[in-house]
Amino acid sequence: MIALLLRDLRLATRAGGGFGLGLVFFLIVVVLVPFGVGPETAVLSKIASGILWVAALLAALLSLDRIFALDHEDGALTLLATAPIPLEMVGVAKAIAHWLTTGLPLSIAAPILGVLLQLQSSAYVFVAMTLLLGTPALSMIGTFGAALTVGIRRGGLLLSLLVLPLYVPTLIFGAEAVRRGAQGLDATTPLLMLGGITAGSFALLPFATAAVLRINLR
Amino acid sequence: MSLWEYANPKRFMSWTAPVLPWAFGLAGLCLVTGLIWGFFFTPDDYRQGSTVKIIYLHVPSALMAINAWIMMLVASLIWLVRRHHVSALAAKAAAPVGITMTLIALMTGAIWGQPMWGTYWAWDPRLTSFLILFLFYLGYMALWAAIDDPDTAADLTSVLCMVGSVFALLSRYAVNFWNQGLHQGASLSLDKEENVADVFFQPLLLSIAGFVLLFFALVLLRTRTEIRSRRVRALQMRESRS
Repeated sequence: MIALLLRDLRLATRAGGGFGLGLVFFLIVVVLVPFGVGPETAVLSKIASGILWVAALLAALLSLDRIFALDHEDGALTLLATAPIPLEMVGVAKAIAHWLTTGLPLSIAAPILGVLLQLQSSAYVFVAMTLLLGTPALSMIGTFGAALTVGIRRGGLLLSLLVLPLYVPTLIFGAEAVRRGAQGLDATTPLLMLGGITAGSFALLPFATAAVLRINLR
Repeated sequence: MSLWEYANPKRFMSWTAPVLPWAFGLAGLCLVTGLIWGFFFTPDDYRQGSTVKIIYLHVPSALMAINAWIMMLVASLIWLVRRHHVSALAAKAAAPVGITMTLIALMTGAIWGQPMWGTYWAWDPRLTSFLILFLFYLGYMALWAAIDDPDTAADLTSVLCMVGSVFALLSRYAVNFWNQGLHQGASLSLDKEENVADVFFQPLLLSIAGFVLLFFALVLLRTRTEIRSRRVRALQMRESRS
């Protein structure tokens, strides 16, 4: 499993792996938003945390179809399915690899880009913390979606249609925790719920992912 | 003789053929009397005026929007456990009906909301969760449409329906947490003291029955169509092979 994880990381970081693409996309969205809503500091600082969350979500979505598509094309996925490690763990490894290449860098970059959006100083910690806590769930849910659409040619658009509604609870709790934290309110409940979603996705979705992969490889 | 024998496609076709006109007839009867009674023979509400009458469309369609998803979930589970093809086809057949019900509920709610709340749309928990339900229906139907092999499609959509149900439920409560509501609470519960007044309740019950029957009839009809199109497909494949 660790070997698989390392292989995916190496594939992602080498040329053509699209490692930086998600980050660049994130940056561009953050730059575009002020053009759309106007440069007033008050407005921007109010919506900054929400923008950062939505942009992170879209950036994570961008690289989802790569999770299984390439392995499916060259047959590596069939080999993985017959490999001694259970297919459930393959799903987990893929999700972790996806998180390490998108979620983690996004969480680190988000507070820095927050400067551009006049993010309140009290919110920096919360943005980084909620993204760190929430993006693993995005990766795991996305891995399930990618497994679902792996057999479909040009499934990218369908993938986003399937995955985005599943992202709703994560987004709500993540953005809510930042909002409460930035206002100095108690953010324990949304943070706990966010952690619960992440833990729950990693506990249950690998089974769904493996089941769907088996169906698709039939 | 077990219940499952009715799921045999041939037997399903033979028992639904006589049931179908009755279901449609009863649905029509309930809907026509319920709606006419509701629209013309009930008093106006003392605060909402005549706008209250949209309840006869709004409440039943909202109920059926959720029940259709639950029916799809049950049918998907039956397909995954017992692999009755009719069950998978019934789930497929219910989705467009369910999404229509969701749309009707959203639309009638918006039409009622404009004079009453002063806005067509508010990010209220109930409204928002219905919009999310709408998105789930869209994804489910898009997945059915995207896959050629019927068995694979049935399997994948069943898993999606199960995962989607968990997340839809989660979204429902997340949304509650996220914003305060403008929508009134439940006024049709069986265990509450204050329910909707009897004058409105009786025609409402009739139109709910009408919507349930209409849903049943439409799903039967669509399932029959799906079975026939599956047969045509099988025949065409046999033809092309020989």
